[in-house]
Amino acid sequence: MKEITAIQPQLHPALANTRLQLAIYTATGRLVDKRKSTVDADSLPDYQELRTQANDIKRHAIDHLDHYLELFERNVEANGGKVIWCRDGKEVVDFLLTLAKQRKSKILVKSKSMTTEEIHLNDHLEEHGLEPVETDLGEYILQLAHEKPYHIVAPALHMTRYEVADLFEEKLQLKREEVPEKQTQIARGILREKFLEADIGVSGANFLVADSGAVVLVENEGNARLSTTAPKVHVAVAGIEKVIPRAQDLATFLKLLGRSGTGQQLTVYTSFLSGPRRKGEIDGPEEFYVVLLDNGRTKVLQDADKRQALFCIRCGACLNICPVYRRIGGHNYPWVYSGPIGAILTPQFKGLDKDPWLPHASSLCGACGEVCPVKIEIPRLLLELRADIEQAKAAKGEDKSEKLGFQAWAKLMSSPQLYRAASAAGSWVLQDMGDGGWSSKLPFFMNLGPAKGWLSARDMPLPPGESFRQLWRNRRKQDGTQAQPAQTQPSRAGKTSQGRQPE
Amino acid sequence: MPTRVSIFVTCLVDQLFPKVGIAMASVLERLGYSIEFREDQTCCGQPAFNSGFREEARTVARHFLDVFDDAEYIVLPSGSCTAMCGHHFAELFRDDEAMLHRVHAMEPRIWEFSRFLLEVAKTEDVGASFPAKVTYHDSCHALRELGIKQGPRRLLHHVRGLELVEMDTAEECCGFGGTFSVKFAELSGAMARTKVESIRRTGAAAVVSIDSSCLMQIEGAMRREGLAVKALHLAEVLAGGAA
Repeated sequence: MKEITAIQPQLHPALANTRLQLAIYTATGRLVDKRKSTVDADSLPDYQELRTQANDIKRHAIDHLDHYLELFERNVEANGGKVIWCRDGKEVVDFLLTLAKQRKSKILVKSKSMTTEEIHLNDHLEEHGLEPVETDLGEYILQLAHEKPYHIVAPALHMTRYEVADLFEEKLQLKREEVPEKQTQIARGILREKFLEADIGVSGANFLVADSGAVVLVENEGNARLSTTAPKVHVAVAGIEKVIPRAQDLATFLKLLGRSGTGQQLTVYTSFLSGPRRKGEIDGPEEFYVVLLDNGRTKVLQDADKRQALFCIRCGACLNICPVYRRIGGHNYPWVYSGPIGAILTPQFKGLDKDPWLPHASSLCGACGEVCPVKIEIPRLLLELRADIEQAKAAKGEDKSEKLGFQAWAKLMSSPQLYRAASAAGSWVLQDMGDGGWSSKLPFFMNLGPAKGWLSARDMPLPPGESFRQLWRNRRKQDGTQAQPAQTQPSRAGKTSQGRQPE
Repeated sequence: MPTRVSIFVTCLVDQLFPKVGIAMASVLERLGYSIEFREDQTCCGQPAFNSGFREEARTVARHFLDVFDDAEYIVLPSGSCTAMCGHHFAELFRDDEAMLHRVHAMEPRIWEFSRFLLEVAKTEDVGASFPAKVTYHDSCHALRELGIKQGPRRLLHHVRGLELVEMDTAEECCGFGGTFSVKFAELSGAMARTKVESIRRTGAAAVVSIDSSCLMQIEGAMRREGLAVKALHLAEVLAGGAA
């Protein structure tokens, strides 16, 4: 049994679960392949330009957020709707409780919304005797299972149809059904009734369009359209960063969102919801509210560089490609936003001291930055957050061991004499311990710290008898060029040695 | 054609894989370059930078600049260290105008080995022979920070007797990630195993890359998993069978 040396031992169950590993890797791999096939040069020749455009638009919108939010509010009101400004989740809950009380309604149908997950809306509504019902199939499954979303786009990515069969059998007391299509039919039958009973429909928002006061929703199941049009009241809950300036900007974002998320050129449904039903219209809600939620976003806005994390359009592409997400899965992240985007959002929203390990849990492979449709510099922000975290720790005098280690290391690496001495000592101690230059274990008194971590998962190379600089000197001697290292050019750092002349 | 090239072999190659440095020098010499090795070189500072210790990284980066300030060409057997010197030094010294000036003056003189061969030496065929089936691992920083994808493959293509087979996860991280590999050892190991299985499926006799750090991770995992495949730096392949 291999020893666990990860600094986050809670990651171990996911890493040790080979069935889960394969399931996540396969499911995300399918999304990776599909994305690739819809953004490649043949399918979307201007993909890179679209990304740049999307980044420009988001940057502009975030830089002028106050302006566009007010413009959005004016246009929502002009359309007959109302904007509700909420500082945090509690204000959202209070608003919905009052609304439900006034309308004497108990059931709320909900379409998929990460923003409402962020504030644990369902739990709070249930505490007050209301019945929120998730109508996205994945979210419905998770609501029955009392789990949080595993993935921003595919919330029940980790569950097999057999697990869904178990769940439906237990929670719905129905005959066991293992065929996904039949499972969908079951959920659909139940949810249809709920759509008819509910007086309030709650949705999220993919985009808030400032120049038209519209809420734009993309989805594949049609449940969002039903949730927002069948009940008498529609409430869209959105983070303030979702606003974009113009309807025509959607031409950029809609091309990117479906492709990046699920590898679809467009999602099956794209709904533009602008206000309540007007005179003469045959459908739509009687009342239309947009809840604009802060919940920490204005705090994130204060950092002019790192606030680009708010450009995120929640496509999930960075999760799918991330070798870390694909191993540890969505439930090992401390907040609802998982994967690389979660690793840069969480510390900014929750504070640097809450889960300082999170931005460190990346090999910095950069795949996330490469697939981000709005070009958030995720890898660079991870590095910035690491620096912020270590600086905050140092300021508080916390956990000095790594800092001291790097201070000593920096001394060693900026002093050639010390470096050479340490190198000679290291190779003298280690060189005879391995078999063919590699070792699978070290004596117990050396099997510590980084060496122990390394050896827990792989063999370790040992320093050969001679370092490069020694080999190089020997080689030059053999060549008979120059016996002593020579100054080739004036150099600030002193000694240089010249190699062989071209043959 | 310039005659003198200064090599920065990286701390990892100096300490653990010196043959890679020798191989790189041999290939460059074969092409007519005079190689200098500045003995005061140590590390680029990346371990501290990636761990969030910028002050310590600056100390080491400053030393690097002192050593290589006047070198005309600085060639490295590593995409990752090249990205550190060529891209991240500027981030480290963003608030220090004088240092930033030195960094920007040095950036165009920093060359990753395979790119130097193709773009400066303008050589695709270095006259090597290596009769074996090999697969190529794209190291993340070379691929995504330097945009190196086809270059090393073109160089391999010209090696006599070499057959290049692609693995299905060539662009997927091997899991090394510097201190990540020991801070999150189990996770890093899981990533390495995916890579090892992918290499196994190719039936290649060797996996080739341009970063010794990835190769250390991959070979360590291959040995642990009992896969008898060689892990070789591109320089070692290109130095092979030289006439």
